[in-house]
Amino acid sequence: MTRYILRRLISAIPVLLGISVIVFAIMALIPGDPATAILGSFATPENVAALNEDLGLDKPLVQQYFIWLGNMVQGDFGRSFALNRPVVDEVMERFGATLVLAGTGFVLCSVLGIIAGVVSAANQYGFADKAITFVVLLGISIPSFFLGMMMILMFAVNRRWFPASGMWPIYGDRNLWALLDHLAMPAFALSVVATGVVARLSRSAMLEVLRQDFIRTARAKGVHERSVIWRHALRSAMVSIIPVLGIQAGFVLSGAVYVEVVFQWPGIGRMLVDAILRRDILLVQGGVIIVAACYVLFNIVVDVAQSLLDPRIKT
Amino acid sequence: MKLLNLTRRTLLAGGTALALGLAALTPVSAQTPPGVLVVGQVAEPQALDPAAVTAVNDFRILMNVYDGLVRYASGTLEPESALATAWEISDDGTVYTFTLREGVNFHDGSPFNADAVVFNFERMLNEDHPYHDTGPFPLSFFFSAIETVEAVDDTTVRFTLNAPYAPFLSNLAYPTGLIVSPAAVMEHGSEFARNPSGTGPFTFAEWRSNEAVVIEANPDYWDGAPELDAVIFRPITDANTRVAEMLSGGIDMMVEVPPVALSEFQGDGYQIVEQAGPHVWFMILNMREGPFTSQLVRQAANYAINKTALVEEVLEGTAEVAAGPTPPAFAWAYNEELEPYPYDPDRARELLAEAGMENPEITFYVTEGGSGMLDPVAMGTAIQADLEAVGFDVTIETYEWNTFLGRVNPGLEGEADAAQMAWMTNDPDTLPYLALRTEAWPENGGFNSGYYSNPEVDALLEEARTATDQDRRAELYREMQVIVQEDAPWVFVANWVQNAVTSDLVENFALEPSFFLLLDDVVKN
Repeated sequence: MTRYILRRLISAIPVLLGISVIVFAIMALIPGDPATAILGSFATPENVAALNEDLGLDKPLVQQYFIWLGNMVQGDFGRSFALNRPVVDEVMERFGATLVLAGTGFVLCSVLGIIAGVVSAANQYGFADKAITFVVLLGISIPSFFLGMMMILMFAVNRRWFPASGMWPIYGDRNLWALLDHLAMPAFALSVVATGVVARLSRSAMLEVLRQDFIRTARAKGVHERSVIWRHALRSAMVSIIPVLGIQAGFVLSGAVYVEVVFQWPGIGRMLVDAILRRDILLVQGGVIIVAACYVLFNIVVDVAQSLLDPRIKT
Repeated sequence: MKLLNLTRRTLLAGGTALALGLAALTPVSAQTPPGVLVVGQVAEPQALDPAAVTAVNDFRILMNVYDGLVRYASGTLEPESALATAWEISDDGTVYTFTLREGVNFHDGSPFNADAVVFNFERMLNEDHPYHDTGPFPLSFFFSAIETVEAVDDTTVRFTLNAPYAPFLSNLAYPTGLIVSPAAVMEHGSEFARNPSGTGPFTFAEWRSNEAVVIEANPDYWDGAPELDAVIFRPITDANTRVAEMLSGGIDMMVEVPPVALSEFQGDGYQIVEQAGPHVWFMILNMREGPFTSQLVRQAANYAINKTALVEEVLEGTAEVAAGPTPPAFAWAYNEELEPYPYDPDRARELLAEAGMENPEITFYVTEGGSGMLDPVAMGTAIQADLEAVGFDVTIETYEWNTFLGRVNPGLEGEADAAQMAWMTNDPDTLPYLALRTEAWPENGGFNSGYYSNPEVDALLEEARTATDQDRRAELYREMQVIVQEDAPWVFVANWVQNAVTSDLVENFALEPSFFLLLDDVVKN
């Protein structure tokens, strides 16, 4: 198993290298430069050129890329032009916030999605199945940013149940309740689409398992129905559900960008949007690389989890 | 049917848990505490170093933390004493001697004196200064007339200019002229922008990235301690969320309310505050090539656009129609006799016919947003429709703000026939001097992107900035406005009336013509 994990980790390196080339190329291709962004409306072409030189952006692109890569390998992601602080500090500070949001969204979509899928499958064509299918379709069809805005209107503006934005109260204690209060709406908005997907796929995975012989055997042996569904069948179905969860984890992470902007969540998605608008090249590149590394890591964890559950998968 | 039972039970349990959770959570979202003003900002500040920033968004914080030698008297753009108690100007207008206020300390405890003033200007202007690399200082050209700055004694500082420069005092009152603590710059170096220290009514407390900048009352402020205990500036970049936060009680004040949202705040619980400022929104016309080389076509464009409809309908009354290049907020220098080009499509068609260009094709650069640009896309399309109604064939190209600046500032030649632009300035000299003189063509490092050139205007502007007598200056500017309006190098569109909304718990708040946010007298109940 150790060798398998090691092999997967090594195979991630070319993926990350590829991503670094793509991010670098995209940032080099989009028009507008950091000097103009820093100097504002009063940027004269000479000042822009001088500042770009200071920032090392006048060098050939290939050279810039290798300097950046070389520094990055040594753990130096450079300094954000606009915020004038190390990229790593900025990214790490924000990454925590994104993990809280995306993590909660992921737990919500996994738990709710699997429960909904299992209940649906166990009651195939019954009332519960139809009701869940309807709600799930509705959920899949609503973009998270739109849902977010509607939730702010309903639950923050019309009824002041939840704060409209932010991660913490702007004054007062920063305890778990304060966090949950701020987390409730964005995490829900973030998880809705993923919940729908997980529910649909859990339902079909369960239906497939429920048709198999060992379920019939279990029922024939008089095993309690609850136990048949939740212990025997679900465990078996998890083998197909887990990869879906892996994909959804990435989906939730990327979906967090919109949700963070709508709810002004101080996470990495919002940081990236602001950084792109400010042409804060190093911050964008560093941020994307770190997010990509997490994405790759998720996939490895999912694969490992799957191989642990299903001995048929060779390690 | 055990399973359904279970489902029902699960649902019940889940529902109960959710309800309990909601009940426990609800009390947390309460009103903001008294004495603490929470301000919704349009963006995260770039830096809290006044010499290093250009955005009004950042100025709104800085003006409360720092003082300059002079400041604008409340409600005007006239300089009055601040850290300097008095000043003398030599007869030839080149030597300014300031007497400094005594007994003032920076927030870090170090004393404010003549050496501190010298440090500030040398840091910005002298490339060999050991702390010059704490820049960049994009607006240092405001002070490029300074030849030397010296400390005569502890409380006297003398500036010698290379030529008479009338806007000097006004520029000292601008954020670029605010005085920072040399000790703090030496201690923090390039991190100073995140550890600001000035002499202002509020002291910097905390900057939580993308969350808040917190400043607290300075009880020892030389002009009397502020009424508020603290101010929290929250960056809320999404305009809809900012409005929602205001409506949900999460902030006490928001600036730059989107015009379409203003109606939400008419009624009890809120106050809408408005103030005209020195802002001009215009279209730069390319006078080097294309149809706008003809004055008749430029005038036709000015007649063709229904500016009243633009400010009333697109901007919902948050702006006024502009008559010329100088906004009326510069009351002393503004030419009251100037009437805006009226909306007269027939006259526009006549002028086009006279110019022999009945269907001129033009490319028009529009930006998606940007400092002072109001609602540029909606305004751009309305302008396009008006121009097409009289025969122009307008192609719009839209760019994001930084890209837009990168295309427009180096000049419109080979790019476009027209481009949107807006300026907010502090002196009637700044905009015409940087954007209308022949010497200000982009190839000379200026912002005259449409290549306007009129020797008369050049001479008037040169004389106005060296004239020491304000009445004479006013006369020169008024004359300049008449000529520029006639030449029509721009389409003069609108002067923005800035707005803010506060909750009715806030008292004593007014917006300043300078666009700054001065909070030392504001009370929050």
